[in-house]
Amino acid sequence: MNYNDAQKHIIHQSPAKTPSPMRLPELDAILADINRIILGKERPIRLSLACLLARGHLLIEDLPGVGKTTLAHVLARVLGLDFQRIQFTSDMLPADIIGVSIFDRDSGAFHFHPGPIFTQVVLADEINRATPKAQSALLEAMEERQVTAEGKTRVLPEPFFVIATQNPTHQIGTFPLPESQLDRFLVKIELGYPDPAAERELLAGADRRQLVADLVPRITPQRLIELQNTVRAVHASPALIHYVQTLAAYTRASPGWQEGLSPRACLALLAVARAWALLDGRDHVLPEDVQAVLHGVIAHRLRPIDDTARRDAETVAAALIEAVPLP
Amino acid sequence: MARTNRPVSQRQAWWLLATALAASLPLAPQVPLWLSLAAGAAFSWRAALTWRQWHLPPRWLLVLLVIAGTVGVFLQYRTIVGRTPGIALLVVFLSLKLLELRAARDAVATVLLCYFLVLGQFLFTQTIPTALLACLTVLITTATLLAASDDRPQPQPQLRHAGLMLAQALPFMLLLFLLFPRVQGPLWGIPQDRFSAVSGLSDTMSPGSIALLSQSDAIAFRAKFQGEVPPQSQLYWRGPVMPSFDGRTWRVRQTLGAYAEVPYDGLGAAVDYEVTLEPHGKFWLFALELPATLPPDSALTSDYQPIARQAVRNRMRYTQRAWPNAIAGVNEAQGVLRDALALPRDGNPRTRAVSASWRAQHGNDGAAILAAAETFFSQQLLIYTLNPPLLGGDIVDEFLFDSKRGFCEHFAAAFVFALRAAGVPARVVAGYQGGEVNPVDGYLVVRQYDAHAWAEAWIAGRGWVRIDPTAISAPSRINSNLAAAVPAGEELPFLARSDLAWLRELRYRLDAVTNGWNQWVLGYNPQRQRDLLAGLGMKEPDWRSMTAILSVLCGGVMLGLTIWILRNRLRVDPAFAAWRRFTARLARRGIVWQPWEGPLAFAQRAAGQAPRHAQSIGEIAALYARMRYGPAPQEGDLVRLKQMIAAFHP
Repeated sequence: MNYNDAQKHIIHQSPAKTPSPMRLPELDAILADINRIILGKERPIRLSLACLLARGHLLIEDLPGVGKTTLAHVLARVLGLDFQRIQFTSDMLPADIIGVSIFDRDSGAFHFHPGPIFTQVVLADEINRATPKAQSALLEAMEERQVTAEGKTRVLPEPFFVIATQNPTHQIGTFPLPESQLDRFLVKIELGYPDPAAERELLAGADRRQLVADLVPRITPQRLIELQNTVRAVHASPALIHYVQTLAAYTRASPGWQEGLSPRACLALLAVARAWALLDGRDHVLPEDVQAVLHGVIAHRLRPIDDTARRDAETVAAALIEAVPLP
Repeated sequence: MARTNRPVSQRQAWWLLATALAASLPLAPQVPLWLSLAAGAAFSWRAALTWRQWHLPPRWLLVLLVIAGTVGVFLQYRTIVGRTPGIALLVVFLSLKLLELRAARDAVATVLLCYFLVLGQFLFTQTIPTALLACLTVLITTATLLAASDDRPQPQPQLRHAGLMLAQALPFMLLLFLLFPRVQGPLWGIPQDRFSAVSGLSDTMSPGSIALLSQSDAIAFRAKFQGEVPPQSQLYWRGPVMPSFDGRTWRVRQTLGAYAEVPYDGLGAAVDYEVTLEPHGKFWLFALELPATLPPDSALTSDYQPIARQAVRNRMRYTQRAWPNAIAGVNEAQGVLRDALALPRDGNPRTRAVSASWRAQHGNDGAAILAAAETFFSQQLLIYTLNPPLLGGDIVDEFLFDSKRGFCEHFAAAFVFALRAAGVPARVVAGYQGGEVNPVDGYLVVRQYDAHAWAEAWIAGRGWVRIDPTAISAPSRINSNLAAAVPAGEELPFLARSDLAWLRELRYRLDAVTNGWNQWVLGYNPQRQRDLLAGLGMKEPDWRSMTAILSVLCGGVMLGLTIWILRNRLRVDPAFAAWRRFTARLARRGIVWQPWEGPLAFAQRAAGQAPRHAQSIGEIAALYARMRYGPAPQEGDLVRLKQMIAAFHP
């Protein structure tokens, strides 16, 4: 068997074939809704939902026009969350994100006008077009889940997600995010062009904007928080933890990578794998879950030394998976 | 291999430079100065190349430099083979190889050169510091070899990894050392191309020659006694005997190899001991008076000094027996006695006058003349000192009547002169007297400052009799040591001083360690090996059986290490073992489980390839996955899994 066959099985492992008492129909419905609008991208969509269920922020890197914004929009819609979009530009200031106090002549006092960040889902579009100053205002909010403006700390709504999109860093006019800030995103995905059949269907189908508008929320924010707590309770056996640790140890010991995976990256890997297991209707994590989410977790954290042939994250992850036997 | 063509990174170049420096620096004293300077220049050039990222020098220039270096070595030594020229040539190659680090294979070649240079250090010295330094260099070199294939920003993992590898190699090294059939003599002893600058006794004695030795605390030899160490005053280690005198200098005149066995009989108890002799470049073997046995490959001279057939250029060890009370030379040859009476025609008239008075009084009674001489020496109130005044023409007269200050050679020379002038055959014996027992390992250590000279007189019916004229004036030199005998305030060798107790203690310990190293590492010869193997129950092993044992033991160590390494992996979960049986069965059908493949993913793939068994495959995989990864294992799961797998026949 060659690698690709096995990898396909991981990718296309159908959840419906393994019946389980944990199966949550609302999650299937959410996935079905999104897949109806963004065609042929089941796997990245599943990964982005897993990321949100694991309470993480999502980074989407791809060329303009492949549906990044639509994905963010649809996710907010079906989860029943408020949605705001911030278009990052190079002349953007932190106040454009956080908000600003304006003098109100009637009351004779300053009034804080909250910025677009005060919402449940923020789409930070083209985040790497902004200067580091504006970027860091957003990234601080992501980490703390609160905003400090003019001496007052304001708590952000719950749940709070940032879905950031960025253009490939080799494009002109980008300020690449430093590694430490990239680390705040739990998962990074790439959408890529749809396959020919899906693209034809997209061209033939109805207006996406209208389809999004017609979506109805499948769950309440309250239910989402419950689901997030369920994810945290998904069991990870000692054998599985051993596996995650072995993967990380391998990246540290083998010469193929600049730096190995940090303990924080291991925690991220485990959290996303738990969410993936829940999406699969299981109450425990399997190595398959870890392998399925690995590329999303390491894509922005692990750089191969031999970086000249810009291999995509899935190829890198596959090489790592193949190198580490299950304990 | 494509990897050998990878370019050498900046970091690897630093590694290689450090290794080359570590490997070649200890050899700097051995190679000529111009080569040290040239190598230093090449290293600096390499550092500049690495730092500034310059281009490597062109090949033609390197070829020219190699030719120039080889010609230089040839001109220096008139040859390019041999120990020092060979090492010098290696240094040339190493420093120039650093200037053509293009690809990984150049790095590996450099590392191998460095290993060779580390070995080269042992051709010059084999001391403990050399060995420790070599271990460190090997560690750095091995780390560099790792870095050549695994380029990392931090040096620690490389060093740790290299240390681990060397630690794993250690048992093999010990086994090979202990059991590999030994050749006689150390391998590095063969290409000796010079031997000089070793202090020690010489075959002549003039005023001041032994006093010079008293400033050296270098070790002459060590002795290990079977029983009690004899009292200090009996420890006369016989060296060259000097019967010939020209008015100033005493010389050796002996018939080499006169006796293959000792020509005298012992009286009383014998003393057994073992000598470990430091190399001194002469043929002499020191033995306690009088030797009862001869070391292997040696013979006794006409004046009872053991002489080796080859100069002592490597540390050697021999067992010996001594008869402290032997009577030798009762029937001494006339020629020898004539030599022992010869005096220059004139000079030293005052001493001759005193001797003549003894002769007139006692006639031919040698014993009475001897007693008179001893009385005379004690009455002269001579002073034993490390700094005797310089003497002019009649050295015996000036010493005995004017300065009255001298070191042991003055005493011995004057005593023998006086006896000869009175008609009693006498001769000077040089050697060592005393020694110091190291309480740590019980060895008696004899240093150069224990060098001594005494007299031997021939008395009819009693043969040769030892008299130590130094003992008459300074008995503490013989009964205790040098420091006790010389007047306070005289400059003594550092180690002869006895006032610093902690220093002495430290010295004893250090010396015991050095001696252990000499005895058991450098001196591990076929004899030692035979003794060790006999201790292990192998009588007279030949090289075949030793090689067989060696292979078996090395195999055993290898097996042990492998088991130790695999033990963590072998400690498998029983469910996993069952799963492996299951996958082995499927493998026979051509459905191979990859070790990284999750159970459900594999089950799905296997079911696709063997649809008839899809259900059982799915059930087994689901049960196994739940057992290993599920939250609560259930009673009987393992039994059920084993049953299902036992019943599974694809």
